[in-house]
Amino acid sequence: MTAPSQTDPAPPGPSERSRRRPRIDDTDAAGLGRGRAAAFVAPALLLISIFLIFPALWTLYLGLTNWRLTGLAAVEPEFVGLDNYLDALTDPSFHNSLLLTLLFVFFSAVVGQSVLGFSLAWTTRRLRPSIRSLLETVVLLAWIIPASVIAFLWIALLSRHDGTLNALLGTEGTAWLLEYPMQSIIIFNIWNGTAFSMLLFSSALASVPPSQFETARMSGAGTLATLRDVVFPNIRGHILTNTLLITLWTFNVFTPYLITRGGPEGRSEILGVYIYRVALNEGALGRGAALSLIMILINLVIASVYLRLLRERKP
Amino acid sequence: MRRTNRLGGAAAGLLASALVLAACGSDDDGGGGGGGDPSRNADATEVTLTITSNAIKGGKNTEEATWITDWVIPEFTAMKKEQGVDVTVEFEANGVDDEEYKTKIALDLQSDSGADIIGIDGIWTGEFAEAGYIEPLTEVAGEGVDDWDGWEQIPEAVQQAMSFEDQKYGIPLGTDGRVIYFNKELFAQAGLPADWQPTSWQEILDAARQLQQLDGVTPLQINAGTAMGEATTMQGFLPLLAGTGELVWNDGEWTGGSEGVTETLGFYADVYGGDQPLGDPLIQQEAQGRDTSFQMFANGELGMLIESDYLWRSVINPDGGIAPMQNRDEAVGWAKIPAREPGAGINGQDFVSMSGGTGRVLNPNTEYPQQAWELLRFMNSPEAFEAMLAGSARITPRDDVNATALADDPMLTFVAEEVLPITAYRPSLAAYPQVSVALQEATASVVSGTSPDEAASTYQSELEGIIGDDGAIAD
Repeated sequence: MTAPSQTDPAPPGPSERSRRRPRIDDTDAAGLGRGRAAAFVAPALLLISIFLIFPALWTLYLGLTNWRLTGLAAVEPEFVGLDNYLDALTDPSFHNSLLLTLLFVFFSAVVGQSVLGFSLAWTTRRLRPSIRSLLETVVLLAWIIPASVIAFLWIALLSRHDGTLNALLGTEGTAWLLEYPMQSIIIFNIWNGTAFSMLLFSSALASVPPSQFETARMSGAGTLATLRDVVFPNIRGHILTNTLLITLWTFNVFTPYLITRGGPEGRSEILGVYIYRVALNEGALGRGAALSLIMILINLVIASVYLRLLRERKP
Repeated sequence: MRRTNRLGGAAAGLLASALVLAACGSDDDGGGGGGGDPSRNADATEVTLTITSNAIKGGKNTEEATWITDWVIPEFTAMKKEQGVDVTVEFEANGVDDEEYKTKIALDLQSDSGADIIGIDGIWTGEFAEAGYIEPLTEVAGEGVDDWDGWEQIPEAVQQAMSFEDQKYGIPLGTDGRVIYFNKELFAQAGLPADWQPTSWQEILDAARQLQQLDGVTPLQINAGTAMGEATTMQGFLPLLAGTGELVWNDGEWTGGSEGVTETLGFYADVYGGDQPLGDPLIQQEAQGRDTSFQMFANGELGMLIESDYLWRSVINPDGGIAPMQNRDEAVGWAKIPAREPGAGINGQDFVSMSGGTGRVLNPNTEYPQQAWELLRFMNSPEAFEAMLAGSARITPRDDVNATALADDPMLTFVAEEVLPITAYRPSLAAYPQVSVALQEATASVVSGTSPDEAASTYQSELEGIIGDDGAIAD
């Protein structure tokens, strides 16, 4: 946040302001002064406190209790210290879930959605606008149809009994969701989320100066060389932003639950689904809170790595 | 500035998962709230009441949903209108797995909201009562509850289903019993008799081997695994365990990784292990596996299935079942579940079963406790049961109604006369649902190849984790 000023509290007069205009990175560019600046950000900080900071602290507290959805521990949760955290960190099903989540994020988001999204954006950029918007609409549909509807469509597609895929491939009786649960939800998530990457890369490609493409063509560069030397250097920031956002989204995604419910026997139980099972189906809310906090910490680590990469972009 | 926006968006995403749980936790006074004066709003002339149940027209328990919307609500509204009270009754339908329904109403009750009359599985009574989500009927609606003449018609054992620590929390809706259903047509093709009644586990396995020779037929379905939830424990593990002479909870002690538990898990290994498993292990893992097994049975692709009378009246019922079987009355046979060997069952029985019961409780947070109790009584009057049974027969909690209602249905008569006398019940204890999950996990591990001994000892240590030091575990 840039608003609260760290230095130079003196409110600049009009003449001073015009004199200082070239110094863009001055912390008090708007000339508000500390007091008024604080008044401006106070509502935002209040909202952040209510909706982000307080829940996080509350989750931290809940994670230290044996609070349950039902039974005696629902009325009088006891303080159990770090038990929930230690149990979670030593629980094989948590390790399994974390590993599955990392695989899920890597293959479906970082690899799948980014690559497919970029390929779509790259190959469609010179198509006729009408065809291109038709294609974009189709891809977007996968993104905007409600999750419950999508889940039903995918269950019908992959069903072992009279499923569409089995009918197409002639593989009667193959239980895709049971034999290949992770592969199924990875492909599902690629299909589901590619639209965002495609849209982001489409606008990123539009921002590459045409003159650079011209130059590349004049000097006889092939597609690969053009991508490497012209496109990627120009859209590096977009790539990182896209990867950051879809990584975090995918890390927290819950929709695969609607298709496999984490099964069979936990083989597609990504973290969000695992926490849902522990906290709500098994009723161990305190344990679920502890797991949620661990999930937040992992998210923060991922986010800070990306943000560092983004900062390096700056000369 | 663009970058800070992105950061803000990311941070919002980060904490979304925390919000979900924190939102549940912020209402600290959830348990034990509500309550209050049973006579509040007793004289109101405009009353709104809501009934909820895991029933939905055209789906799960459709006959109950139809009965509530088409008979209970109009009749009760008309009756109250005559008394000069303007009552609006709404029905909140659900058609989901029992576990999800339970989560939903637990969250409702925890946040001091929810319907005024709630249908629950009797086995949840203990944990809901301990959490303060529900209260004894006399606390909610006053001492007048004990004066209801219907109590005399409901046997003590059936009332137990909705009681906890000798307090009545609700009125039972009915009870049930578990049997082995079998497809007589498949049995005939395999050379098995139409009046089949096994007397030991071995005879079940023998029949399954014979059925295995038929093409496209899964011989036997014994529910296993966590995806099936309580159906695994109730329709699979517990009746088998009773056949070894043990109960999951007996005389104040939980049963650990005992001989009976190991033998029961051994039966799972016999069914699902080996080169040619007698049951389809994949069904046990599917998210909708129980529905799949119903469908297979209705299609004549499954030879034997342990289920309660629910299968007969609500699933394969040609008239309104969720997997209707047109030739149900001719093609479906049933047999009592045998003990491991004759005389090996609980109390030295040759045959065993398990029973559960559902019922309805009053929400302690109701605005109109007297009117809600009146509606609940109305729903349990003989007239109300007669109206419900007009749709399809079922075993009601009332002796007076059962005496006439079941006569036309051979299956339900069989359950009432032959199965209920030998049945057993689950403990109404708050820890039971967790123990049940541990049992489901044990069956799941056996189905996927773990040895019964190993699964039993894993269960023992799980159980120790659940019960803690203060609970007793028998070896």
